[in-house]
Amino acid sequence: MFNKKECVAMLLAGGQGSRLYALTQKVAKPAVPFGAKYRIIDFPLSNCINSGIDTVGVLTQYQPLVLNEYIGNGQPWDLDRIHGGVYVLPPYQTASGADWYSGTANAIYQNISFIDRYDPEYVVVLSGDHIYKMDYNKMLDFHKAKEAAATIAVLDVPKEEASRFGIMITDDQDNIIDFEEKPKNPRSTLASMGIYIFTWKKLRAYLIANEEDKEASKDFGKNIIPDMREAGEKLVAYRFDGYWKDVGTIDSLWEANMDLINPNIPIDLYDPSWKIYSRNPVLPPQSIGPNAQIQNSMVTEGCVINGSVEFSMISDGVIVEEGAEIYDSILMPGAVIRKGAKVEYAIVGENTEIGENAQIGARPETIDDKDQWGVAVVGNNISVSANGVVAPKAIIYENI
Amino acid sequence: MDVNMGNVLGLVFANMHDTTLGDITKNRTMGSVLFGGRYRLIDFPLSNMVNSGISEIGVITKSNYQSLLDHLGSAREWDLARKKGGLYILPPFGSVESTLYRGRIEALYGAMSFIKCSRAKYVILSDCDVVTNIDYKPILAQHIESGADITAVVHTGVYTSDEIKTSTVLNTDESGRVSSVLITPEISGTCTLSLNMFVMSMEFLTETIKDSMARGLVSFERNILQDRCRDLKIMTYEYENYFSKLNSVSSYFAANMKLLDPENSQKLFVAKRSIYTKVSDNAPAKYDLDCTVKNSLIADGCIIEGEVENSVLFRGVKVGKGTKVKNCILMQDTVVGDNAELNYLITDKNVHISANHILTSSPEYPMYVGKGASV
Repeated sequence: MFNKKECVAMLLAGGQGSRLYALTQKVAKPAVPFGAKYRIIDFPLSNCINSGIDTVGVLTQYQPLVLNEYIGNGQPWDLDRIHGGVYVLPPYQTASGADWYSGTANAIYQNISFIDRYDPEYVVVLSGDHIYKMDYNKMLDFHKAKEAAATIAVLDVPKEEASRFGIMITDDQDNIIDFEEKPKNPRSTLASMGIYIFTWKKLRAYLIANEEDKEASKDFGKNIIPDMREAGEKLVAYRFDGYWKDVGTIDSLWEANMDLINPNIPIDLYDPSWKIYSRNPVLPPQSIGPNAQIQNSMVTEGCVINGSVEFSMISDGVIVEEGAEIYDSILMPGAVIRKGAKVEYAIVGENTEIGENAQIGARPETIDDKDQWGVAVVGNNISVSANGVVAPKAIIYENI
Repeated sequence: MDVNMGNVLGLVFANMHDTTLGDITKNRTMGSVLFGGRYRLIDFPLSNMVNSGISEIGVITKSNYQSLLDHLGSAREWDLARKKGGLYILPPFGSVESTLYRGRIEALYGAMSFIKCSRAKYVILSDCDVVTNIDYKPILAQHIESGADITAVVHTGVYTSDEIKTSTVLNTDESGRVSSVLITPEISGTCTLSLNMFVMSMEFLTETIKDSMARGLVSFERNILQDRCRDLKIMTYEYENYFSKLNSVSSYFAANMKLLDPENSQKLFVAKRSIYTKVSDNAPAKYDLDCTVKNSLIADGCIIEGEVENSVLFRGVKVGKGTKVKNCILMQDTVVGDNAELNYLITDKNVHISANHILTSSPEYPMYVGKGASV
């Protein structure tokens, strides 16, 4: 039974996340732990349900095991529905052959029949690697009011950062008149957030046309949006002024985690009207020992903290033994930090053990050559032996 | 001995011992009393049954069960939202001639239509007053092997008169068979206390209920355990693991505080035998700049700006700047303003303590602040 839906969301979660290195060897980027008790995909999924969108297709391709298991039947996000709900959509074989998703547009193209079953007026296309809280419904209202074919959410970024983004050039009515990808001399500061709303009939036609063009790279930014502009479709920019961050790199992942404990950054996880949901690990409350010191940090269930923790994100089931010190770091689920170990400006992967008196990363002020400094990363399911050293900026995949 | 837990029915009494916790159970069942930072007492028997392999459980309620219904919901969190079996909530069965039950037998009689539908061969009964992580498999195995009519889970130890006067004492012969029963006696010293968990066969249970009701007998402890211990074979199962028996506000306080010692909490929260509870989707706990937290159990959703020591903070508790919280149990969504001082305090849900207040009491009689109160 397929009830008509006004709007269906398609979440692009197939990216390998190769710039996250050791953290995405066996896990798709959207399933990377974030903010002590979440995974990145919790943010777009929670935004969907909080915006009243209850039909979500999650397009997966790379290392989908953990992601599939995490999404499950969608119940933690209230997306286990009789009509709609969340569906994991991997590439599949058809009578005419089988193809991997060869681009963002191709991934949606291959799932046209999924979308058609709900006969929606609109489709929201989302990315699985952004941290933000956004009411898609407001954007949809804007899309409808503008009678647009496509609406692209944009963020006004500082001029010096604009050349890192896809930049939208608009007229005074927020109509998109031109765009440029990572321009050296940006003509505007409106950066695309990778969030699109399309009128489905229009998008459907452009997806099919793009697929017939063998030369096309089958990408929204490179093909669909330019094709629509050339054909004279109405494209508008929807200005978003909240917190938004792409967490595609080690540095941005680390920064976005730290943003959660920065009182000056406007992302509030404690707002009961816009909860971010996640799958619950079923663990007891966090146990804080008699000699523990914790400040300016977030800690979640199942943790046992006996050492010092400052400016850090401590995920579920982490153990920090007595005398261990954690500064400006992210400890992912199940990490164990043994006695006397010091973790500074680092990311420690899931179920990884840091041996006694080991030293992971370093503070930037202790390194003279700033090019040598960066966030240290210790990958998932490995161990660093007692007294082991992981230099700043180093990325470790295997036991040392 | 390998036992098949697939043919066991679990029955949990949510309301037994409601009077022992004073105001904490004024508006809720014993089963819905908050415990250990994020749990309610019923989570323990339910999780224990589920972890022992029981997948058909009835919860017998009597009164004030709204909070219990809210907590249990569809029972998905305990993995009991099943097509076969699952969780059944059994409120008092209202018929023209029936009243609220007066004893365990009458309560079971009220649930007879449910019990009769079960195809289980054995029944495990449990109250909600004992907090522990127990495996029922070896108890059922002993029950079957010994050929007992009833197996009662007990613990032999040195108890104060306060602890004994709300309990049932089972005296046994050298084989472990119950020879005499004392109900809420005023004694102290070494004795064998019932932990209010019993195993029996389905046949024995249904026959006993029918027979007792016909004779107008309503109390399981008095009319079955005590009066018939000579003609029935009632065996004890000595339980040696960690547990807390709650029978007063001060024992409730002490049982929470015991969890601050990792030796104890590791015995209650065992990795492969999780204690399940309702998920409430809180953000992680946030420790602010200049906060100090020592020797405490903290749940998600807490925001701590002040000092917390030797305390249990439930989900969503807020502690203001300059505030000192020591030896306290602050239940869900308690908000403490800035520069307050709390010592030996139990606050119920949604209590609001405004800035600069000083509330102190003693470990023997911790002060209790009722649900939703503003101080």
